[in-house]
Amino acid sequence: MSTDVQSPAKNNRVAPPSIMRRYGSQIGIIGVGIAMWLGFVIAAPTVFLDPDIYAAFAQTTPLFAIIALALTFVVITGEIDLSFPSIMALGTAIFCLMAKAGMPHWLALLAGFATGALCGWINGALISRLNIPSLVITIGTSFLYRGVELILMNGTGVPLTEENYPMEQALFTSTIYGIPVQSLWALLFAGLLWVLLNRTRFGAHVFLVGDNPTSARLMGINVVSVKTRAFMLVGVIAVFAGLMTSFVGFYFWPTTGDGFLLNTIASVFLGGTSVFGGTGSIVGSLVASYIIGAINAGIVSAGINAFYTQLCFGLVIVISVVLQTIIERRVRRQSITGR
Amino acid sequence: MSVHEKSGQTPVIELRKVSKTFGEVRSLSEVDFAVYPGEIVGLLGDNGAGKSTLVKTVMGYHAPDQGGEIFFNGNRIDDWSTARARSLGIETVYQERALCEKQPIWRNMFMGREPRTKWGLLDVKRMRSEAARLMSQHMGFTSAAVHPDNVVTTMSGGEKQGVAITRALYFDAKLVILDEPTMGLSLSETKKTLDFVEGIKKAGKSAIFIDHNIFHVYPVVDRLYVLDRGRVAGVYRKSEITMDDLIARLYRVARSGSID
Repeated sequence: MSTDVQSPAKNNRVAPPSIMRRYGSQIGIIGVGIAMWLGFVIAAPTVFLDPDIYAAFAQTTPLFAIIALALTFVVITGEIDLSFPSIMALGTAIFCLMAKAGMPHWLALLAGFATGALCGWINGALISRLNIPSLVITIGTSFLYRGVELILMNGTGVPLTEENYPMEQALFTSTIYGIPVQSLWALLFAGLLWVLLNRTRFGAHVFLVGDNPTSARLMGINVVSVKTRAFMLVGVIAVFAGLMTSFVGFYFWPTTGDGFLLNTIASVFLGGTSVFGGTGSIVGSLVASYIIGAINAGIVSAGINAFYTQLCFGLVIVISVVLQTIIERRVRRQSITGR
Repeated sequence: MSVHEKSGQTPVIELRKVSKTFGEVRSLSEVDFAVYPGEIVGLLGDNGAGKSTLVKTVMGYHAPDQGGEIFFNGNRIDDWSTARARSLGIETVYQERALCEKQPIWRNMFMGREPRTKWGLLDVKRMRSEAARLMSQHMGFTSAAVHPDNVVTTMSGGEKQGVAITRALYFDAKLVILDEPTMGLSLSETKKTLDFVEGIKKAGKSAIFIDHNIFHVYPVVDRLYVLDRGRVAGVYRKSEITMDDLIARLYRVARSGSID
């Protein structure tokens, strides 16, 4: 079955795939980001050459960006999680209740994250074991987790002042060398989750399960376990974001998480992760989150009426996704997972 | 049936009274099946005879109904699963090929058995270079034609089958199962695949070979199972039966349900 190495290639397909073809969608999203930034700089130079604006969205964007990073795993497996805003609130509520009851704060934090993991496990187990569509069941669990949280909190909030929560304020809201710690967390999570997705067996199996679950099962991959772990990852990180959001505002609102759903999901899709599963990128989700975060700050600072924000979101998302689909169709003959 | 035994040897894999029911449909009915070391076993039968179900049961994809037993090298195994079967050295080239088509070749090649570095991370460099080596050595691709980073969906049917076969070969399996490996292949690709089956035997390994085409199966096998409607209708050593006789029996069993 060996072939004479001297003989010319039987077809004229040229390999290896070019950089543009392998990283096309990621280069595309970074390009969109830079173009938009230049647009803002030209439209409002005084605002966009001032570091204050960057400090502002370096604080707000990570709140949903870190969830977008984790949600990328779930979307690559071909599923979706709509319940993470409720998990943000429920996990943070558990933390607040335990801390208020006088438990050590590290234990309360741990309990919060464990709650997130449990919520994710419930989502994942229902979806992968019973084959329930994730779109449907996570709408259900979204109400469920929110309901439990509202009952536990009895509808009231909790003040999270610096004097009572010095450790948490330092962890979630401090500034290191002038950089808001929220963005450092986002970068740290991006690095860790990039390695998890691209350099571990779990990450490899996330791609395979999303691409073709039957093939993955035939080759001995535990589809149930892979999907469940992806949902648990979202759960834990949603609680982290919930805590960060609450400490940034010095107050835990029982409505925490409201307004996060569309920003976060838009970041994942804008970042080039396919809704059909099997392909996706952490770099894309990170850059796309900052694009979405910048639009908000940028529109207002550029002196444009804030009513235009939604229109601008819509245009950027629709145009980017259409372009990505066209590019992807062109390069379909080449690797889309990239690495 | 004396043809089940082979003097004193323990089968690599053995199924005893294995049945498999899907809802109302009984796909396998008390099947006894064994493959001995160094043996190529052919599996013949009409559509719906239960060939693919048998293969997927051997691979741990389907769990047998209560009462069926699976033995590996003589040991009864209760927690049989695909991951377990693969870790014990059973590799399969599935009829549906079991590829993930949006992924590059290297990811498909090492699906479910990804090599890791001493740090526990994926050894992507090795996966890429091994994939490139296997493609040029075993699949007959010149290295310039197909790159390990190409996604599978870009490849022809024969090339895809090449990935599936090379994958089965790479992990040094004790038992290789080929489910309809020649389906949809060109003449030269078919010839290559049949050569590959011969190669398994020369390497002293065992194989289960399933094909619609008796002219492909008969020349390479040592023993033949004929399945009909989920039952084993007959087991023959090749030395005991001519191809003409076998064809006549296959017609008879398809018509009447009885082979003799």
